[in-house]
Amino acid sequence: MPDQTAQRQAWMSLLAKAPGGRAAELLDAAMPRPGFDWLRRPETGSVMVRGRTSGTGAPFNMGEMTVTRCTLRLESGEIGHAYLQGRSKADAEVAALVDALMQSEAAERLQEAVLRPLEAESSTRRSARAAKAAATKVDFFTMARGED
Amino acid sequence: MYVAVKGGESAIENAHAWLAEERRGDKSVAELSIAQIREQLSLAVNRVMSEGSLYDADLAALAIKQARGDLIEAIFLIRAYRTTLPRFGTSEPVKTGEMSCDRRVSATFKDVPGGQVLGPTFDYTHRLLDFKLAAEGETPDAPAREAGPGDVPHVAEFLGREGLIEEAPRDEAAPPDLTREPLEMPAGRALRLQALTRADEGFTLGLAYSTQRGYARNHAFVGELRIGAVPVEMEIPELGFAVEIGEVVLTECETVNQFTGSKTEPPQFTRGYGLVFGQTERKAISMALVDRALRWQELGEDNEGAPAQDAEFVLYHADNIQATGFLEHIKLPHYVDFQSELELVRKLRREVADNRTREAKE
Repeated sequence: MPDQTAQRQAWMSLLAKAPGGRAAELLDAAMPRPGFDWLRRPETGSVMVRGRTSGTGAPFNMGEMTVTRCTLRLESGEIGHAYLQGRSKADAEVAALVDALMQSEAAERLQEAVLRPLEAESSTRRSARAAKAAATKVDFFTMARGED
Repeated sequence: MYVAVKGGESAIENAHAWLAEERRGDKSVAELSIAQIREQLSLAVNRVMSEGSLYDADLAALAIKQARGDLIEAIFLIRAYRTTLPRFGTSEPVKTGEMSCDRRVSATFKDVPGGQVLGPTFDYTHRLLDFKLAAEGETPDAPAREAGPGDVPHVAEFLGREGLIEEAPRDEAAPPDLTREPLEMPAGRALRLQALTRADEGFTLGLAYSTQRGYARNHAFVGELRIGAVPVEMEIPELGFAVEIGEVVLTECETVNQFTGSKTEPPQFTRGYGLVFGQTERKAISMALVDRALRWQELGEDNEGAPAQDAEFVLYHADNIQATGFLEHIKLPHYVDFQSELELVRKLRREVADNRTREAKE
């Protein structure tokens, strides 16, 4: 199901890039947290980030970033994974919970109450920055010179 | 030679206590928070992340605070912390062509598609001290303007279409990793780029400057310099597909260099490449110049014996943690080594003195 994969990629990415604590606020406002078991407790490690020579060529190792991951299973059986930048175990737990809940009957509710606001906020942040960059774009004008 | 000697425990303990006090400074002055360092000394944070080779702004800010602002000491702390982390995996190569650019300039094409976007730059400031910053005050919001849609294409693409610049063909070979295997010569370009991106900024700058002054001159133009955020994608082993797990700010510099051609290659421009964590423009430009100088062999250029062409010299001396470790260890006790040196010098002096006496008698 490539469609389901694309949707899951989208929400996992949104949760991974949300500001610290924000997904927790939204989840807790939407519903009580369900019971779950840890399949892998939150742990912090690193991921080696790669670049490409000249942007398009052969890959090379740039350096690492901190990443926290965990996996849990809801009492109703769904399994949620989280891999996210940084060292926040609380954020990883929320991301895995939402990942699991998005596979359950609560999906629609969380789409509205958690993912949509995260998406909107992320898009606002991105466009605010892009607008500041755009204001520093150079408008060239040619000076009249010589002859006439 | 090292010999275990006991003693000095309480002196060391007291020295560290005094270090902590000096770090704090005058207690009537407010203490710095990690968030203040992260937000207001962000370029220092960026340097510590790039040379510490670990992207985590809060950790870098903590390291700067702990190191009392000594950035190499802070980088040392980050490198040491890094070794304690289990590695979960490797990202897909970041797509810098899809960067959300805060800054993007080209020194080669005025009217480059996507435009010349200056971003939050020190360029064009007058480098006069701003005493307003010494007083507390509000900072006005930066002006905004509607941004155009879509990604900003790389400048090299335009030259590439006409075949005027060497290609950087896609390749999926797994690169070597100098944090896992020791750096060995000859070092391929992927390994050199890894060493350069975490190399000391000052050393890289000095070498790059030497190429501009004529030591392995390769006449670089900044084809493009861009700074901004790119998503980091990684394949999640449990799921079998890739997910964006975060975002990093990078500085990318691509130089366009003269190349007159060889027996097999027509004249075309060549490229040097710099890609560094954070807003680290001086370092990225330096990296691109040094990368280009190190490519002399594959491009069939002459070995001028310039330092920047000597991969072994560059790569074995560019790491400030290795360098500082070896340099600073000579201040630690070498009593026994020195005793033997002292004995030797005394013996030699005795011999010289004896010879003189003998000659005087004869």
